[in-house]
Amino acid sequence: MAEYIIETEKGKWEVICGLEIHCQIISKSKIFSGASTEFGDDVNENVSFVDAGMPGMLPTLNMECVHQAVKTGLGLNAVINKYSEFSRKNYFYADLPQGYQITQFVHPIVGEGAIDIDLADGTTKTIRIERMHIEQDAGKSIHDIDPKKSFIDLNRAGVGLMEIVTKPDFRAPEEAGAFLRKLRSILRYLETCDGNMDEGSMRCDVNVSVRPYGSDELRTRCEMKNVNSVKFVMQAIESEAKRHVEVYENGGEICQETRQFDPTTLSTKVMRKKEFAHDYRYFPEPDLPPLILSDDFIAKIKNELVELPDAKKVRFVKDLGLTPYDAMVICENKEVAQFFEKAAAGRDGKKVANWLMGDFFAMLNKKNLDIKNSPVSAENLGKLVDLISKDVISGKIAKDVFEIMAETGENPEDIVEKKGLKQVTDTSAIEAIIDLVISQNPDNVASYKAGKVNLMGWFVGQVMKQSQGKANPAMVNKLLKDKLG
Amino acid sequence: MSNLTDLTISESLAKLRKKEISPVELATAYIEKMSENNKYNAYITQTTEQALEQAKASEKRYTDGTNRPLEGIALGIKDLFCTKNVRTTACSHIIDNFVPQYESTVTQNLLNDGALFLGKLNLDEFAMGGSNETSYFGPVVNPWSRETKLVAGGSSGGSAAAVAAKMCAAATGTDTGGSIRQPSAFCGVTGIKPTYGRCSRYGIIAFASSLDQAGPICKDVTDCALMLNSMAGYDAKDSTSSKVTVPDFTSFIGQDIKGLKVGIPEEYRSDGLNAEVSAYWDKAAEILKAQGAEIVHINLPHTKYALPTYYVIAPAEASSNLARYDGVRYGNRVSGNGLDELYINTRTEGFGKEVKRRILIGTYVLSAGYYDAYYLKAQKVRRLIKNDFDEAFKKCDVILTPTSPIEPFAIGDKKMLENPINMYLNDVFTVSVNLAGLPAMSLPIGLSKNGLPLGMQLIGKSFDEATIFKAGYQLERGANFVRM
Repeated sequence: MAEYIIETEKGKWEVICGLEIHCQIISKSKIFSGASTEFGDDVNENVSFVDAGMPGMLPTLNMECVHQAVKTGLGLNAVINKYSEFSRKNYFYADLPQGYQITQFVHPIVGEGAIDIDLADGTTKTIRIERMHIEQDAGKSIHDIDPKKSFIDLNRAGVGLMEIVTKPDFRAPEEAGAFLRKLRSILRYLETCDGNMDEGSMRCDVNVSVRPYGSDELRTRCEMKNVNSVKFVMQAIESEAKRHVEVYENGGEICQETRQFDPTTLSTKVMRKKEFAHDYRYFPEPDLPPLILSDDFIAKIKNELVELPDAKKVRFVKDLGLTPYDAMVICENKEVAQFFEKAAAGRDGKKVANWLMGDFFAMLNKKNLDIKNSPVSAENLGKLVDLISKDVISGKIAKDVFEIMAETGENPEDIVEKKGLKQVTDTSAIEAIIDLVISQNPDNVASYKAGKVNLMGWFVGQVMKQSQGKANPAMVNKLLKDKLG
Repeated sequence: MSNLTDLTISESLAKLRKKEISPVELATAYIEKMSENNKYNAYITQTTEQALEQAKASEKRYTDGTNRPLEGIALGIKDLFCTKNVRTTACSHIIDNFVPQYESTVTQNLLNDGALFLGKLNLDEFAMGGSNETSYFGPVVNPWSRETKLVAGGSSGGSAAAVAAKMCAAATGTDTGGSIRQPSAFCGVTGIKPTYGRCSRYGIIAFASSLDQAGPICKDVTDCALMLNSMAGYDAKDSTSSKVTVPDFTSFIGQDIKGLKVGIPEEYRSDGLNAEVSAYWDKAAEILKAQGAEIVHINLPHTKYALPTYYVIAPAEASSNLARYDGVRYGNRVSGNGLDELYINTRTEGFGKEVKRRILIGTYVLSAGYYDAYYLKAQKVRRLIKNDFDEAFKKCDVILTPTSPIEPFAIGDKKMLENPINMYLNDVFTVSVNLAGLPAMSLPIGLSKNGLPLGMQLIGKSFDEATIFKAGYQLERGANFVRM
């Protein structure tokens, strides 16, 4: 557990935080209409009569979205509710065409669940999920085109969302960050949400309160809406918690309110006071019957589930010999894990992991490339590790070979062949070089023999240099020792 | 051929098929009636040119033998049904310029069966009202009026009046708390609200989604069967529409009702029911009995809660359904300083008094702190009302009640307008049917001493319109009501 305590002259405080995450469902069409969900199309291009809230239009549930929600629920190790209901959440806004949002209120499709997060100190912590429900997204209001007018884009109106609500289990900003990364990783594995916080396909509301360290009371919380990066979420928790502590220590009270986090000032400001909170007048959606799922439907989705990062991590540690940390890093991203598994097939997993997390990641970073566009294929990275393992090239030469692979995408075997980089393992050839070095440096030979044994390193270096790095270093060491006596 | 508009749909179809008359002649006759009876204010939009074009096309189909079930039948459409490229207003100022780019499923079904549309019919604003006086386009005048102009009932007042005054062969209506049955009774015509889910609600401007249901208003029971055949059916675009098979409703016309158990609910008799209405109720029971039916007394103990329950649930749903009329995307907009003012100005000017009243009631009963006491409680009572019917239908096959406790009243009646509760009380026999989602028909039983039509209601089991058609046809024969 990551202990995070706010300590002032007056006392010690603990942070309590819970998250609500809106995740856009990956589906071809919207949750209650047949309109496309394509991102980046022309403004108001993907709007059906239903999405525009035209008179007499009715919603119909897109079962693809239900499928995705159940899959996500299973990925969150959560209860799937075979009975769920839709409700209307009523409020007026220009980008909410019907004047209400169809959501789930009393009976969500997914109940309690839990996911484990990995913390920097190597420990893991379980974060409990309160519920997950499905609902429709609103459109977008654009206020900065004209000083007097606002513009509305309804392309997003009606896109399916999953709202995941956690229990107030976070005690440190780091935990919230780790949770969001883990959640994003799970969603991407499942292919139910692309998890891009900067594009808004995953949006986070953060609830924060504090209490004196060691107490078990729950104090008034404040909510920060739409915090749009993992880093900002962590910063928002930190700054809001500090604000609470300051207010309490100065004898003040925290009011329940909605606030907005400003990443430029690293502070929050009030958006809406409690007395101005909407009364959403929730009631069951009369246009949609309750959603009843069969055991078969759920079982079928369960069978389709891919291996998730936690299971993969355990397997990589157990079967491929990775350290838990390496396994965690590699498994966070599905593509990386797949790449690794391909590269490590039939090889020493640990060695492949070292290359992957070392030179390979550094290369991608430098070239600003996604793993999917890597010039070095998984097969070729594996072959490179083979060349080292089989003493065809040394580790040092391998680094040169890798650089060529990164430029040309060539097979390392071809590079080694073409450039004549094969390691010299022929005793007589190495002996010949050693003899030459000895004959050229009688003074150093004398010094060595007189007891300056640390000159050995210098001799090795000379021999390697003469062999253009190709001599097998272990053999050079052994033969030099024999010759110098 | 001066009496073409007297013909029912079934009679017209017989003559059309025998080529004794042509669809153009038939449509022309109705169009003449439309202009002759313009004073009733039944139509708010006329599409007669388009209708004549359709009639010509129908004529061709009769010639080449590709005529469909309702080929060349001229209908009026309640202006709550969205009709592609034809203005659809719900009789509200807020969307009085709205032209849909889509067709409601029910009207599409009718078009697919060869019907043609003469125009859009007046109604209470957003179907909220029982007298058609809340329409932005003014009240419909009941064609049975003499010296005093009387209401046609509501909300489908335009539909009932147009059928009564022969301005169309039949009309579409919608019924949320009695909006097909009560105006049918007031205008001496026949209307059926089918089981909730029989007709798709897609493209019908929503009032209260869990209660709204489309149905026909016709000259007689047989025509209702013909119309419902075309209107009903499962629609993937309405998740509340039913997959229950739609039978050929005309097949029940003329079937005998020997041994049929007709329930008379004790509770409907109380509260000083109008003596004339009461007498006709007895007469109706006698007619059915004479045809071999058995009269049984049943109880619907939660009836007294039906009105308050309805007037919580319907406004609650309406307050949400009407939120979309905000002046942002379509309809009338009254600008203001900022978004909130735009909403306030647009909705203040766009909605009439009754609609505003119901939005306020609905908003209130859904509010935090009141939800449990009103909306949730109303839903529980709704369940009890449904259970009442389930119990009653263990003892009987169909239930007979009056449609309305009163005869048509004068337009502008102070008692009704000054206290909306008095208006709401007229729905006392009809609303429980919507709360329970059941099918029910209103058909004329006779005239009051003032010479005004009175209606009887037959309530069936869920998805058992068949029994209503059987009993309704026998009642119609026995009552021998003379249409206008």
